[in-house]
Amino acid sequence: MYAQALNVAEQATHDDPEKLARFQARIDAEEKIEPNDWMPEGYRRTLVRQVSQHAHSEIVGMLPEGNWITRAPSLKRKAALLAKVQDEGGHGLYLYSAAETLGVSREELVEQLHSGKAKYSSIFNYPTPSWADMGMIGWLVDGAAIMNQIPLCRTSFGPYARAMIRICKEESFHQRQGYEIVMTLARGTPAQKKMAQESLNRWWWPALMMFGPSDAASQHSDQNMKWKIKRFSNDALRQKFIDATVPQGHFLGLTFPDPDLKFNEATGHWDHGEIDWAEFNRVVKGEGPCNRERIKARIKAHEDGAWVREAALAFAAKRAARKAAAKIAAE
Amino acid sequence: MEAPLFTYTLRLADNALVLGHRLSEWCGHGPMLEEDLALANMALDCIGQARNFYTYAGEMEGKGRSEDDLAYLRDCADFTNILLVERPRGDFAFTILRQFLYSAFMHPFFEQLSASKDERLAAIAAKAEKEMAYHLRHSAEWVIRLGDGTEGSAARLSEALADLWPFTGEMFEVDAAERALIEAGVAVDPASIRPLWLETVDRVFADALITRPKDVWMQSGGRRGEHSEHLGHLLADLQFMQRAYPGSVW
Repeated sequence: MYAQALNVAEQATHDDPEKLARFQARIDAEEKIEPNDWMPEGYRRTLVRQVSQHAHSEIVGMLPEGNWITRAPSLKRKAALLAKVQDEGGHGLYLYSAAETLGVSREELVEQLHSGKAKYSSIFNYPTPSWADMGMIGWLVDGAAIMNQIPLCRTSFGPYARAMIRICKEESFHQRQGYEIVMTLARGTPAQKKMAQESLNRWWWPALMMFGPSDAASQHSDQNMKWKIKRFSNDALRQKFIDATVPQGHFLGLTFPDPDLKFNEATGHWDHGEIDWAEFNRVVKGEGPCNRERIKARIKAHEDGAWVREAALAFAAKRAARKAAAKIAAE
Repeated sequence: MEAPLFTYTLRLADNALVLGHRLSEWCGHGPMLEEDLALANMALDCIGQARNFYTYAGEMEGKGRSEDDLAYLRDCADFTNILLVERPRGDFAFTILRQFLYSAFMHPFFEQLSASKDERLAAIAAKAEKEMAYHLRHSAEWVIRLGDGTEGSAARLSEALADLWPFTGEMFEVDAAERALIEAGVAVDPASIRPLWLETVDRVFADALITRPKDVWMQSGGRRGEHSEHLGHLLADLQFMQRAYPGSVW
């Protein structure tokens, strides 16, 4: 899962104009840029930030869904949810590896997450008080993430594009699984229908915010578009998501919490009401309902696990020393 | 009285579910990302085993109880898992040492059960045996790393061993109903596994620089429905949705 909301292009750097021109020509020719290729410093920094934000989002994203693993309402749902959250951890792992190809270590990146220097998708700062939220996250949050991520499968940086191909396959599965949870609730008892509706009411607007500020307010997209790190505007992707999702909700008899939502015959799109950007900015800034507890949970897991990582390193060092000693003894 | 084969299958299911639940509590909170994934893998294996055993138990009982009815609609006194698996997850040393002590038993156990005269049990065991081989290898490697790692990790491992050891005896208990199944070639005689289990434990403990405690009183009761204070809390979590919204389809 990921939102491109936080991507901000780097300031112009002073690169050799000739190299820059050759680099741009490769991008224009749809060639993939690989880790050992020359790249402008701004491109590298933008990618490190985007890929690591994406990785952090996967890892922090394990928490809101992890909240229901022990309480899932059936064994089948429990196993599916556990497998899904595990997939997210796996995505985090490939993405940290992709970021490492750009010359930054996982430890540094994790440190940036814990210190608050690096961001992650704001959607995970909302709580999951209801089982229906497991359906809604799959249907809406993973659905929105897929809209962002399908174009990333063709992004110009090779390792990122390749990681995204695998991630997208798994995310589509998660999205269908989420929709199926919502469908089961919508077709269930009155209490289950209410659960689904209440959850949709909470998640709809935050899901729309996942696409980031509207194009008019987003000043930094041009360079990312030119480098083909990003391929579609925030608003275009958001509209695509709304057009795909609204009929799915109506099919289940659910209502979207937007009185201005209506189908525009002229454009063939669903028009929507004003997004509360003040809320978006507040949550990005750290004042969402769960920002502090999400980061604290990550820091706690990291600190509680420090002795385990130290033991593994100490053991590896001892074993290497013993091997070396045995080799000397044998000679 | 319940049919012996039903009880036997239910015990296998309860062990797997309760341990799987404990392992799943780590998801998102592991000491490193790779280990978070490994613990989730082991949890998924155990939950999968539980589902297979519950489904079979329900069919055998013939009262129309599904895997979920058996998992979600019984109270503590009807759960028949051994006490070892219901202990709270503790720290990573506790979790991984429990997994080692359990899988060092369950791996050879499932290997033998895969030759059971009961075809369903044999089939479930054949799949579970492969899973437990991984649990055993993975947990044994960690027991050695922690025991021969730092002073701190060795101390935590020793503490976990003192906590866990008194719960290992219950794995070897046999009651009259089970005895008949063993004689019929359906169930596995745990006594036959004991030498191999001790050999595995001693071999791994030697590398981990720890020794197994001697002559402690072995706690028992779970198999008869006499549980610790911890199982009720686990079930409160596990069963919440089914209890709060009875009769719903999820």
